[in-house]
Amino acid sequence: MLKDQDRIFQNLYNDLGSDVASSQKRGDWVNTKALTDKGRDWIINEIKDSQLRGRGGAGFPTGLKWSFAPKELGSRPHYLVINADESEPGTCKDRDLLRFEPHKLIEGCLIASYAVQAHVCYIYIRGEYFIEGQKLQTAIDEAYEKNLIGKNAANTGWDLDIFIHYGAGAYICGEETALLESIEGKKGQPRLKPPFPALIGLYGCPTIINNVETIAVVPTILRKSGKWFSSLGREKNTGTKIFCISGNVNSPCNVEEEMNIPLKELIEVHAGGVVGGWENLQAVIPGGSSMPLIPKDKCETLTMDFDSLTAEKSGLGTAGIVVINKDQDIIKCMARIARFYKHESCGQCTPCREGSGWMWRMLERMARGEATKDEVDMLGDVTNQIAGHTICAFGEGSSWPVQGLLRHFKKEIKERNKFDPIVKENKNIPYLVDQHLLDKNA
Amino acid sequence: MSLKKPSKNQPKNFEFNTSSLEAANTIIAKYPEGKQQSAVMALLYIAQRQNDNWIPLVAMKYIAKFLNMPYIKVYEVATFYSMYNLSPVGKYFVQVCTTTPCMIRGANKLVEACKEKISENESELSSDKTCSWMEVECLGACVNAPMMQINDDYYEDLDKEKTLKILDAILKGESPKPGSYRGRINNEPENNRKTLMDLKNA
Repeated sequence: MLKDQDRIFQNLYNDLGSDVASSQKRGDWVNTKALTDKGRDWIINEIKDSQLRGRGGAGFPTGLKWSFAPKELGSRPHYLVINADESEPGTCKDRDLLRFEPHKLIEGCLIASYAVQAHVCYIYIRGEYFIEGQKLQTAIDEAYEKNLIGKNAANTGWDLDIFIHYGAGAYICGEETALLESIEGKKGQPRLKPPFPALIGLYGCPTIINNVETIAVVPTILRKSGKWFSSLGREKNTGTKIFCISGNVNSPCNVEEEMNIPLKELIEVHAGGVVGGWENLQAVIPGGSSMPLIPKDKCETLTMDFDSLTAEKSGLGTAGIVVINKDQDIIKCMARIARFYKHESCGQCTPCREGSGWMWRMLERMARGEATKDEVDMLGDVTNQIAGHTICAFGEGSSWPVQGLLRHFKKEIKERNKFDPIVKENKNIPYLVDQHLLDKNA
Repeated sequence: MSLKKPSKNQPKNFEFNTSSLEAANTIIAKYPEGKQQSAVMALLYIAQRQNDNWIPLVAMKYIAKFLNMPYIKVYEVATFYSMYNLSPVGKYFVQVCTTTPCMIRGANKLVEACKEKISENESELSSDKTCSWMEVECLGACVNAPMMQINDDYYEDLDKEKTLKILDAILKGESPKPGSYRGRINNEPENNRKTLMDLKNA
């Protein structure tokens, strides 16, 4: 288990208070000037050395992302945008950072803005987190009052304004270009990439977009050195991460742990074990609902980091772990996730808009045992028609969980859905128009 | 995409009151000059707050004029995002999360409670017109599942009995305390804390 002094978010459970004075006691805002005085290149190199990867789901190296921002400030201003539109089912880490560690985020904003030469930073918070947004606003006001942001922020000689922009209940706005559209006051529909936001982003200006957790760990990395951060976890999967463990466990919780921690340790030690014992475990969704589930036998030895989960054909995503035990109907669980994606598809690309509804309806039928045998394979076909054929990654996000279900629980689905239309069983299926042809072949 | 229809009963007039106007101008100042369209989402929220939790069409027209943008663009935004209510939802708007992490911890019991106490169907006003409920997608409090949101507040770690009590209280006009209803502190593992122990004892 990670040592307590290596935990970045000391106030994860709000034992210490989130105001600026108690944050300063924990080491935030202590001589921020010393960090920025070392220069942009030093900051970006240190982040590169730490091998920090974005915590929002895609796991893109943060230092590399920052280095994409134009080196010289041209006629267009640069922007920093913080993605706090946390809507992935199973994930609730950013909420706690907004509530309990707002000053880590604000200081991170200052350092990141300095590194990418932005004078304005927008924090996009999902509309449901209104109370959390207000808490962050209080912290921002405090920071303005103490001259930690604003003109000559924290004596660094850099001017920075931070504004909060509330979303309004659209999951898709967590996609970075949809988020930019939303800030511009439009429908949140993703843009084509390229051009990438680092060159043409918000209002057509260079924009760097990072997750809350990514930015909030930056000040600590710079203070304790990139080497310290990269000494935790393993190569390319370094540092600490907040894991959200929900579902059928005895004490669901958020906990900050080292990358590459065994999944079993997270569930058994931190979350108090699976309801009904480890033997009662059915499957685990390892990284928010978009990531394919992992069946029990693989959970025994699985370690939680980007690369080892990719090797299992899943992904770390946002590290929102949903534990599903044997009391649950796994097909129904996935049907509910498919309904989520059907509801949240932005409607821009046809494969996703239509396909997400198809997947949901087919899975609902399968959960009830009303699907035909062929439909199981057809469902796999539909997922392949969606993934990779859409503007944004939502297509993959909606079809991966279904593919995961088919990969590991095909037997269960087939057992429940034995109905074969070729056999002369007189079932009235309105959409099967050429029943007579099938009967002839039988 | 949300499937919502504007209400059939629309008021004739809408105008920001003084406090809304002040809030709107503060928000427009957040964005660069000429980019006032960015404020449309926030202004719709302001209109919703002012108008008992829902947005009439005249308010969209008013906001369009206010921000100097086409009405259809405002309409587009108001119908795209699910948190803008286009028909009355009552003073207390109950949203029950039923996505998988909540579902497997018994969110359907919360739905039952809402059906018993508020109305048989979702998005339907209760008999005294003060309250309505609906099923929503993930509200981002999965480790506190099952949970629901009433207006701005999260009520977490619920079961049917507790939900009934909360709903009784709001129907009486009281405002029950938000947060966990199993007495745990925020998102810490209940009775099983293994980390940051020194701080807890300090």
